[in-house]
Amino acid sequence: MQETIKHVACPYCGACCDDLEITVEDGKIIEVKNACIIGTEIYHHASREGRVGSPRRRQPDGTYKDITYEEAIDFTAKMLIKAKKPLIYGFGSTNCEGMAAAGRVAEDAGAVLDNCASICHGSSFLAIFDTGYPSCTLGEVKNRADVVIYWGSNPQHAHPRHLSRYGVFPRGYFTGKGYKGRKVIVVDPRYTDTARCADHFLQVQQGHDYELFDAFRMVMHGYADKIPAIVAGVPKEKILEVCEIIKGGRYVHIFFGMGLCHSDGRNHNVDIAINLVRDINEYTKCTIMAMRGHYNIAGPGIVWAWQFGFPYCIDLTKGSHAHMNPGETSSVDLANRGEVDAFINIGTDAGAHFPIRAFEKLGSGIPMVTIDPSVNMAATVSDVHIPVAIVGVETGGICYRMDNVPIQYRAVVEPYNGILTDEELFDRIYERMQELKKEGWTTDEGVWDYATPLADVRPVKEVYE
Amino acid sequence: MTEYIIKNGSVIDPTQGINAQKMDICIKDGKIVDSVSGNAKVIDAAGKTVMAGGVDIHSHVAGPKVDSGRLFRPEDKLFRSPMRKSNLRMEMGFSVPSVAKTGYDYARMGFSYVVEAAMPPLEASHVHEEIRDTPIIDESAMPVMANNWFLLEYFKNHEIENAGAYASWILNATRGFALKCVNPGGTEAWGWGLNCVTINDPVPYFDITPAEIVKGLIETNEYLQLPHSVHVHANNLGNPGNYTTTLDTLKLVEGYAPKSAFGRDQVMHHTHLQFHCYGGDSFKSSSFESKSKEVMDYVNKTKNLTIDTGNVTLDETTTMTADGPFEYHLTHLNHLKWTNVDVELETAAGVVPFVYDPKTYIAGAQWAIGLELALFAQDKERCFITTDHPNAGPFWRYPRVYKWLLSAKARNDVIENELKYGDKVVDTTYIGELSDKEISLYELAQMTRSGVAKALGVSHMYGSLKTGMAANVAIYDIDPENLPSDPEQYEKAFTNSFAFFKDGVLAVENNEVVNYRMPKKTVWVNSIVPENKQVERDIRDKFLKAYTVDLENYAVFDEHVHNPYAIKVDITQ
Repeated sequence: MQETIKHVACPYCGACCDDLEITVEDGKIIEVKNACIIGTEIYHHASREGRVGSPRRRQPDGTYKDITYEEAIDFTAKMLIKAKKPLIYGFGSTNCEGMAAAGRVAEDAGAVLDNCASICHGSSFLAIFDTGYPSCTLGEVKNRADVVIYWGSNPQHAHPRHLSRYGVFPRGYFTGKGYKGRKVIVVDPRYTDTARCADHFLQVQQGHDYELFDAFRMVMHGYADKIPAIVAGVPKEKILEVCEIIKGGRYVHIFFGMGLCHSDGRNHNVDIAINLVRDINEYTKCTIMAMRGHYNIAGPGIVWAWQFGFPYCIDLTKGSHAHMNPGETSSVDLANRGEVDAFINIGTDAGAHFPIRAFEKLGSGIPMVTIDPSVNMAATVSDVHIPVAIVGVETGGICYRMDNVPIQYRAVVEPYNGILTDEELFDRIYERMQELKKEGWTTDEGVWDYATPLADVRPVKEVYE
Repeated sequence: MTEYIIKNGSVIDPTQGINAQKMDICIKDGKIVDSVSGNAKVIDAAGKTVMAGGVDIHSHVAGPKVDSGRLFRPEDKLFRSPMRKSNLRMEMGFSVPSVAKTGYDYARMGFSYVVEAAMPPLEASHVHEEIRDTPIIDESAMPVMANNWFLLEYFKNHEIENAGAYASWILNATRGFALKCVNPGGTEAWGWGLNCVTINDPVPYFDITPAEIVKGLIETNEYLQLPHSVHVHANNLGNPGNYTTTLDTLKLVEGYAPKSAFGRDQVMHHTHLQFHCYGGDSFKSSSFESKSKEVMDYVNKTKNLTIDTGNVTLDETTTMTADGPFEYHLTHLNHLKWTNVDVELETAAGVVPFVYDPKTYIAGAQWAIGLELALFAQDKERCFITTDHPNAGPFWRYPRVYKWLLSAKARNDVIENELKYGDKVVDTTYIGELSDKEISLYELAQMTRSGVAKALGVSHMYGSLKTGMAANVAIYDIDPENLPSDPEQYEKAFTNSFAFFKDGVLAVENNEVVNYRMPKKTVWVNSIVPENKQVERDIRDKFLKAYTVDLENYAVFDEHVHNPYAIKVDITQ
């Protein structure tokens, strides 16, 4: 019998569209409505032939043999206990319940806990640490914004429904004219499909965003006459014209993507963008938002901030306290230096995303477990691959949209072949670790002592009683 | 379940009029009972003070802006977090602690129930996720309502029944506890970069004033007969000369009487009053002055009001409030980083780090004003001690505030030795004329237990040691018959209770947290109102046109509310 489940949230991009309608029959997904082409594929993928239905152990000849969950959990628990500095990385594509459970495991294992922001909007975090984050929810853009800027992002490809749901086309409470009432400005080195929707396209010279921001800030501070004829490939007249539009707007919003945080300047580009927002607020209301990629990549930053106080690159190996220092405790750097001795790849594909030299160190010499519904590149070189239920398809949970609004996900079908959710899996790994520790299992290097406070050398007076 | 008997402690329980009386407290099956068997475990409390578990009426401990404060301040962790105890989770953060540290520190201070002060309804499931991960303490959260488009429209037309039906729907949808009012109208104006700084400034577009919003919320709250009154953070917070706005706001209670079966006497709770009692017209020491006496004179004679203090603790901290325009103002004052989140149709929030530096005149004056409020209060059942955690200081500094109130010596020591402009502060505030005033331990129990529970409408659950109450009991290393001569002993004793029972389970024993896995509750109000087709239509309409989430995904799913405990209020009966 066919059944249609409505108001389903989509596990693809950070726009987290929650208006999908999924038709299922006999546990199979038949039809997907309202989703973009990529979201639609994710649902159909779940019902397709070739899903992995059981944990698998890699054999000496490179083939894989099915094992039980007990065996896979036992392997993972022993690996975490024996390792001195295991790395647990990923979490772009799972729910917050799984992230919270993983946080408990990582703390108990003395692991480094990191998420995909490490290779994505991590540099934006650095800017936020320095400058703050004057932002809003997407509904504010929809209901109020009459000037919308997409800088270094191409949502028409990466967040296909972003323009229609939030940024450009929707009619909101104070924006009844929809796109006709909005001025859209796109800044990008390429004439992207998003740029085609723009009223004004500024073709910034690749890698020179900082200079263009600087020119905007000069205008906002009253030094328009001091800027040169061309800045970062953009004529002065164009800059002045756009600045007038910004100053005349009732509500200005800037969406920025990896074009800022992953081109030359990185966190400095985001830093100056945020400072520009502060400047614009002297004239009119202005907010800014990072175009987060995966549907729940905002999640680990939020969950671990409440568990450990840090969003990413969290080194828990000291046992006594958490420590974050991107560059030192970030996954790629740890891998490059060969500092980790066990690796869990969960809800992402380090094999596809990491620099090859970094991934070689992880994939060849140390024990590795991949936790993912699909066979991805990391899974093909893992010692153990543990499939889990697909969030938003086979299990629900909370996921954070790019504006940090929690969206409650739904399950539309039962997990394939009775596979576990991420939360169940991590909870069982935790329980198994407790059993093994009682049996006397320790790290190969011996047990680490907890650090003890040295009252006399602490640099801040009266830091903590 | 284990039985306990707390022997020979000096019990202080204002709900029974018990003041430092030597008596035994018996605990069985999570409740306080009259007697226990001979097998009961004995806790020797001779020479110690025994009180009910503490109740916090206003603390920002869980939710989106709290977490923004954690996320964007790594420096709040660096060298400012204690080393982990081997039986506990890591405890990270100074001014905005991680959830584990929050739970442990409240337990160490002997607190059993904490009300999260501001929950944006759209992000309610975030609040409940953090509550799930916070150990030991029972929690509630108050949805922020004073800039909500639905209510602004209903209040403009004075449709209190419709406002009530909507507010009731929000309480149920968010699993919320009470109606919170933050900068009425001003936060909506902030959507356009504006503010409302008096109670008569019109709100852009909605054509309503803050006064009408506050009165509308009072009427809605009494129409719904909720356990707690409306919980107000008035306009114009933090600005010199704002005490007139504060008095104007407080006077809105005139003519209203509480309508609630839960025992409260107030129709408005005004929170963190310290930030609202400033005179003068600038932050210069030649102008800025305390107006705490003027405000407290009004509070003292107005029986349907309660307040909490919002004491400045002279620390580096993180300010966070749904008063978006204020945080923008603050970042211009101190030039530190600024985070802001405007929440569609509902509210906003801002976060800015702040240093209450005793070397500045202003921090000293603010410190004095907060203490004056508590010392001026005639009825300690209507004045509660908070730090508006973390805005005026972290909650785990409460014991330091207690010390300053219990001991004039400690207070005067700060003026003389810690404040750089102590003399100037004495000149411009009332702290000098209060220089020998002290509160008693009994009054402290009123201001942190019995009075708070009564104002929240939960005196049947918290703040008392009566037989039959849940066994939330704190034991402190203070002998009421032999009070310490060194005021530091007060701070030490209240920071690390000797023992603390949460629902009859020992959470703290011999000054150490020994157990954090006992059951905890999320207390919420299940408000039931007559069916209202118009409000149902209005809700559908706004979700169709203005919200970016579907109506069906808005209310917190049952599976995301952890250990719920509903207080049912049915006005259809």
